[in-house]
Amino acid sequence: MAPSTGTLHLAAAIDGTGQYTAPYYVELARLAERGTLDFVTLDDSFGPPGEGQGRPDALSVLARVAPATERVGLVPTVTTTHTEPFHVSSAVATLDWVSRGRAGWTVGVSTTEAEARLVGRRPAAPAGELWAEAEEVADVVARLWDSWEDDAEIRDTATGRFIDRDKLHYVDFEGRHFRVRGPSIVPRPPQGHPVVAVDATDPVTWDTAARHATVAFVRATTPDAAGRIRDELRGRAASFGRERGALTVLAAVTVDLADGEYAAGLATGDAPLTATAAGPPLYRGGPVDLADLIAGWHTAGAVDGFHITPAAPPGDLERFVNGTVALLQHRGLFRTFYPGATLRDHLGLPRPANRYALARETAQ
Amino acid sequence: MNDSSGSGKQIHLAAHFPGVNNTTVWAGPPAGPTTTPGRCASRNPSLGSQIDFSSFEHLARTAERGLFDFFFLAEGLRLREHNGRIHDLDVVGRPESLTVLTALAAVTERIGLAATVNATFNEPYELARRLASLDHLSGGRAAWNVVTSSDAFTGENFRRGGYLDRADRYTRAAEFVATARELWDSGTPDGTPGPFVHSGEHFGIEGWFGVAPAPQGHPVVIQAGDSDEGREFAASAADVIFTRHGTLEAGRVFYTDVKRRLAAYGRDPDDLKIMPGVSFVLGDTAAEAQERAAEIRRQQVSPQTALLTLEQIWGVDLSGYDPEGPLPDIDPDPDSQRVQGRVRHADPLAVAAKWRALSEEKGLSIRQTVIEATGRQSFIGTPEAVAAEMAAFVRSDAADGFILVPHLTPGGLDDFVDRVVPLLQERGVFRTGYTGRTLRDHLGLRHPGGRSARSARGSAPDLDGRRTGIGRTDGT
Repeated sequence: MAPSTGTLHLAAAIDGTGQYTAPYYVELARLAERGTLDFVTLDDSFGPPGEGQGRPDALSVLARVAPATERVGLVPTVTTTHTEPFHVSSAVATLDWVSRGRAGWTVGVSTTEAEARLVGRRPAAPAGELWAEAEEVADVVARLWDSWEDDAEIRDTATGRFIDRDKLHYVDFEGRHFRVRGPSIVPRPPQGHPVVAVDATDPVTWDTAARHATVAFVRATTPDAAGRIRDELRGRAASFGRERGALTVLAAVTVDLADGEYAAGLATGDAPLTATAAGPPLYRGGPVDLADLIAGWHTAGAVDGFHITPAAPPGDLERFVNGTVALLQHRGLFRTFYPGATLRDHLGLPRPANRYALARETAQ
Repeated sequence: MNDSSGSGKQIHLAAHFPGVNNTTVWAGPPAGPTTTPGRCASRNPSLGSQIDFSSFEHLARTAERGLFDFFFLAEGLRLREHNGRIHDLDVVGRPESLTVLTALAAVTERIGLAATVNATFNEPYELARRLASLDHLSGGRAAWNVVTSSDAFTGENFRRGGYLDRADRYTRAAEFVATARELWDSGTPDGTPGPFVHSGEHFGIEGWFGVAPAPQGHPVVIQAGDSDEGREFAASAADVIFTRHGTLEAGRVFYTDVKRRLAAYGRDPDDLKIMPGVSFVLGDTAAEAQERAAEIRRQQVSPQTALLTLEQIWGVDLSGYDPEGPLPDIDPDPDSQRVQGRVRHADPLAVAAKWRALSEEKGLSIRQTVIEATGRQSFIGTPEAVAAEMAAFVRSDAADGFILVPHLTPGGLDDFVDRVVPLLQERGVFRTGYTGRTLRDHLGLRHPGGRSARSARGSAPDLDGRRTGIGRTDGT
């Protein structure tokens, strides 16, 4: 692996089962923003996470968080299995409008029969089929974001025209799973395309990630393993005609900093990460050793950064920001301020050209 | 000054964001900072963006400063077309309602947040979950304006697609609302999500509702529409009915009829608030207000808009006609498919005859006829006159309050809040401070309670589809 020269990217989950009040999420997002993290994520599923357990709609929560924060990116999970792609497109675009260019979404699917029964429209389907459908959703959502060119609103008093309708486009999407006519009701969002993330833990998701994601979360307990998955994802992206660097790969880690009590004992050695049955590997140790681990993996070129899930928020997120992040900043490995305003700015991604405007320019 | 004539009845006020239609005056580029590349620079400071969050924030905060009950958003699911092309003469493009309202919960504290959401192209579980989430995240300020979609044109954007005929649309919507309430009621008394089973004509669903019981129990349900079925549905199941009965006398007739229907469902007259949508124009003198109102109408109905409005009724190409000339002498085509995404007049021949009579009687041109015929209830006058007229409407039981539709974004409510609200307060017909936290508190509605509380209150409203009807989406 070649040594990485890329910018280090850090993101944090602000999940909390049974948490319904806005201040809980606002406090965590502000903490992440104080640490100049690229973005926060909020997990979701169509059904409740378990019997008697609940959580509010993730996109709604981050819309509520948006005006209470200024720079940090906001990336909710949005499922694609039982939803209308047109609504998904409108909601994520609107999150981008209300956050002034800080929105993303993690593409999700609903695999269980229990979730299917909440809608009652069709039975559960195999994961491969659901991810193929999710790809279609991601595709049509991006087309709908482009269905308004940036300068479609003209407000031309002389002709009485509010818009130039030649700059609005029918997407006329017809896939195996659904059709959408378009155009969107929402003008093109500030980022052009909000950021698309995919949890690429399961290889069944890899083609979706390689084709559509700007950020992929991977699970690995060693830098070698992480690097191999990143190479695989980037190789597939290249085979789909994308640039290898268009995909930002973050290692997912659950972080238990527990006052750093067992920093000396458990967090050192060759394998500071413990594989877990479900969910990301667990790091248990002190904030300083975690900074070393992050710096080590990143310098080795294994990943572009880390997506951490605090084991016990807000305590673990505070220790991460005040300890680990502060140390990475002190060493010059992580930024100390946001140089840009949008999530794409944080990730070093350009604002994508509009495919319809591009097609017209090419034709001319 | 206290209004000595009245019963102490208080006015309820709501603010409609002036969005996508020709009621919005937009001429010229918007003011203020924008985030979209390519958007024009500022020229007219009174014309804001219809999409930047700052516009929504300004109007919602102004409404809250005016102690309004709620802030209201319409919805669109397909861009309007005219003669097979996207309609380009009105404001177009808007955000998704629930996402904007949830963001507004961060910059407001008390005002209710009402989203128009379609019951045709959504599913009860998903929508009930998003509304319950808004209720939690706003501390009990969520409302849902239930609408349905009329045609396969809108359906082309959705998996469900296709077409639901009128009866199916209404029965689905009625069952949709009933199902949402079952889901909201499914939580356990200790505040955790609970199991539900619903088996009906349109939905057969079961599982665990993913959100704990919301602060209001049920978000407030608003219903728009005027048919007999619509009135019956509102009487059985809505908390607010959004009407357009303009005159005092028509308002009184409607009010009496709808309130009379409540008893059959074991409800009190106060359980349903009647709120017409109205516009307003203020001036320092009556003459100035009238002059300003006429100018606004001319801006709303440009020569191009006048011709297109006429085509929507006639259903034929009228582009050769002079908008400043007389109405066409040809008859409308009642089977025309020229207009899409907008509610068609039920009887174009009758409408055309009415407009022709109006035009001949007053000697009006096409444009003048459209201006005259499409005007809606508007309070026009000095702040004193407008306050007195509004108070008279409410005190004489022609309404419980109003949903105000300003014509400018985002400052269209500023004058009303600064100049009319204090006069309403002086008259003793409007609150001087919020007394509660939730939208139900503002509207004086009871908390619906959970399962046990509902059954103790008597039988559930009859949601049998044959007796119910629900308003239409505005179709943009």
